[in-house]
Amino acid sequence: MSYVRSTFRHPNLPRNDLGFTVDYYEGSLSTLCAGCGHDSITASIAQACFELNIEPHKVAKLSGIGCSSKTPAYFLSNSHGFNSVHGRMPSIATGANLANRDLIYLGISGDGDTASIGMGQFVHVIRRNLNMVYIVMNNGCYGLTKGQDSATADVGSKNKSGNINIYETIDLASLAIELGATFVGQSFSGDKDQLTPLIKAAMNHPGFAFLNIISPCVTFNNNAGSTKSYDYVREHIEATATVDFVPIRKEIKTEYEKGTIQVIKMHDGSEMRLNKLAEDWDPSDKFSAINAMQNAKSRDEILTGLLYMNPECDDLHELLETNEKPLNSLSKADLCPGAEVLKEINESFG
Amino acid sequence: MNKAKINDFVIRFANVNGTGSASANALFMKSIFRMGIPVTPKNIFPSNIQGLPTWYEVRVSEKGYLGRREGIDFMVCVNPQSMSEDVESVRKGGYFLYDNSKPLHEQYIREDINYIGIPLMELSNNAFTDPRLRQLFKNIIYVGALSAFLDIEFDVLVSMLGEQFKGKEKLIEPNIKALKLGVDYVHKNFEYPLDIRVERRDAVGEKIMLDGNTACALGAIYGGATVAAWYPITPSTSVVDAFTKYAKTLRVDKETGKNNFAIVQAEDELAAIGMVIGANWNGARSFTATSGPGVSLMNEFLGLAYFAEIPTVLINVQRTGPSTGMPTRTQQSDILEAAYASHGDTKHILLFPASPDECFEMTAESFDLAEQFQTPVILMTDLDLGMNDHVSDPLKWDDKRQYDHGKVLSAEELDKLENYGRYQDTDGDGVPYRTIPGTHETKGAFVTRGTSRNEQAVYTEDGDAYKRNVDRLIKKWNTVKTRVPEPEFFQEKNESKNGVLFFGTSAYAAEEAIELIEAEGLELDAMRVKAFPFGRSFEDFIDSHEKVFVIEQNRDAQFRSLMLIELGTNPEKLISVLNYDGTPITADNILNQIKSGLEE
Repeated sequence: MSYVRSTFRHPNLPRNDLGFTVDYYEGSLSTLCAGCGHDSITASIAQACFELNIEPHKVAKLSGIGCSSKTPAYFLSNSHGFNSVHGRMPSIATGANLANRDLIYLGISGDGDTASIGMGQFVHVIRRNLNMVYIVMNNGCYGLTKGQDSATADVGSKNKSGNINIYETIDLASLAIELGATFVGQSFSGDKDQLTPLIKAAMNHPGFAFLNIISPCVTFNNNAGSTKSYDYVREHIEATATVDFVPIRKEIKTEYEKGTIQVIKMHDGSEMRLNKLAEDWDPSDKFSAINAMQNAKSRDEILTGLLYMNPECDDLHELLETNEKPLNSLSKADLCPGAEVLKEINESFG
Repeated sequence: MNKAKINDFVIRFANVNGTGSASANALFMKSIFRMGIPVTPKNIFPSNIQGLPTWYEVRVSEKGYLGRREGIDFMVCVNPQSMSEDVESVRKGGYFLYDNSKPLHEQYIREDINYIGIPLMELSNNAFTDPRLRQLFKNIIYVGALSAFLDIEFDVLVSMLGEQFKGKEKLIEPNIKALKLGVDYVHKNFEYPLDIRVERRDAVGEKIMLDGNTACALGAIYGGATVAAWYPITPSTSVVDAFTKYAKTLRVDKETGKNNFAIVQAEDELAAIGMVIGANWNGARSFTATSGPGVSLMNEFLGLAYFAEIPTVLINVQRTGPSTGMPTRTQQSDILEAAYASHGDTKHILLFPASPDECFEMTAESFDLAEQFQTPVILMTDLDLGMNDHVSDPLKWDDKRQYDHGKVLSAEELDKLENYGRYQDTDGDGVPYRTIPGTHETKGAFVTRGTSRNEQAVYTEDGDAYKRNVDRLIKKWNTVKTRVPEPEFFQEKNESKNGVLFFGTSAYAAEEAIELIEAEGLELDAMRVKAFPFGRSFEDFIDSHEKVFVIEQNRDAQFRSLMLIELGTNPEKLISVLNYDGTPITADNILNQIKSGLEE
């Protein structure tokens, strides 16, 4: 555990368009184990928000229960957070989003919180295409209760106490695509270069954006024989593409190495530029995404990067035809029909 | 022959569910209400869509007794399945109307009641060709026959058909034809009207007739609810159905045509209450409606809302438990589960409406209370109140009334504050200040959590900080006691030796029972409880009486237990009057239990 955070900051840290440095996007000190993958992900979230010039108070951070669900305290200290109950973050996010469609909703969950106790809510929040980013920090085990296998542990994977998982794994990314998620990506906590632009694109997506991020548990599931250890994951990841998220009206500087470049226009004019590495893969085609994942799996590889996206989608507010003005900003004048109307209603019961 | 019973009788219809009897029976009931006579209908229905016995009981009472009364004066039996018990249930000298298209079996013959055979099926088959209409009009024919026997004004029935089929005028004519078939058959074959009958009165006045669930839905519309999340469960489903119906006409933005509301049918009750908590956390008034099994599932989240201090409104339309119990029968058996829902030390505000107008008023008020105290408010209605029509005072709304959002800090207020602590007791009433996400760039943000925290909302396992917080919650609870609705007292001063208390739908029968008791020369002070926690005047009532009868509709005397827990009342003082067979409590039942309690 890192007890002390240095207060020293480089005097010339770069500033974003709002004039903030990246440390403005940090939170309180992490209490997770030193080397925990989750801390790398929170750093990427802070970096993504910094680069996107997001005002922190316009973000709501939501989580369930578990190591991953503690992390909303560790980034964006000027954002409201809600560390709710186990497996129920999606319902909190749904209600919050319905109340105010103008905020950015960032949900943080874990593999236990999502793939077991929270499976019902996960499935249904996808169906509704709630406009949010849903991140699973996936380490294949229950860290807070000392390392039991979770439902995303691979068959045959060995945990620290030597137990070998005998049950079939739940592949959350494939499931999300099957269920109609409109943005699905997969990444690794150790790959910041891939993760940060992916988070940026997810935050810019106008519907449900799911990111399954493999995030090794250094204490309980980083041993030889585990398929969620740093070493194993590093050796077995294969990217669909290198991703660059280009906000609207921003100059494009990135140089691309090889393969074909595919540009995906986002709803607001920003762009996602993919330097494709995977063959026979088209991010706008669900089947090719699932095929690519299955093909990688058959080679014992984990496919990362953007997997699928449909930027032209209706989110829950559009489906429900709610007012553009956030519901939480409506006044009595907007909401209460008044005594005269009630008189007519009374007459209808005469 | 009985003494003539004008405007004072009970009629029961025995039908098969799914045969269209509900609308015919409602037509009958409403026609008597329109003649200025108070009526109370009770739908006694199965948890089934088609084919099982269902009953509809109407008490007609010029005196305005709106509780159930035992004993059937007139039975309309069109269901062979239940005929045996239906024959048995008729009072001596009462009437039994049946379909004599087939002869009545000997086993159903009693010497002490009057039989009225009308060939309903035959009349309908001869007049109509469509098989579905034949079935439906059989019901309208008996309504016609009843109008002749009971002297119901035919014009009233005709005008109601006109209202019912507005826009579908083609249907009016055949309905009138069916009514007339019934009337004519009676005119030709029987003496009419009977000794049991109605006479026009002016005993209804301004009163309206509606069910509690609709009134709750309107209360949510008027109370400013914008987000409704729910999971279908009998008997609460029609709350959100009615909310949807009214929102679609009353809550659409005039300029844009967009909705000033959002309704989500959730995947289960856990998600429903989660959405409600999420929306309220983010500053929108939000509610859910459910019944006992749903409240069981919502326990975990209710504990979170209590501990993290988030306004939450839950309408609990109680049904007969435990477990799945009798889903279509009534009870008041969620008192303890609702009062202390969730693990750990928790307590919740309960409101007990007794009539549709109170359902409206209390639902609207529950949003104020939930926001003022940043805690769950559970409205405790039941199947009888929620799903049956009741004669009610008109719904009232004062346009000067404002929504009270409680202690919510604006950006300007945050700017003026040196230090903000979400869980600080600034005013000494135990109620802290909250902030809504997105309010201020740099001030007022915190992490809401179900874990323990200090005044600044920072996670802590420090025992002192934990204790300070939960002790403040008790301070808040004591403030709540001074703000929830006061009980209704039926006397100026508590002067009688003994008292009786009741709440919710027991009120109808209890008020009648008190009159019956007083007619026998006995005295009782009475109190109708409207809320939990109990305030000063509630305690005074208990203290001023030797014995207090506690009327409630559950087996375990849960309300009495609540009093023992909260007030430490001497248990010997509290005498339970219970009813828990799934039907609404009756005045006779209360009277008998109180009399035997007084004798002891």
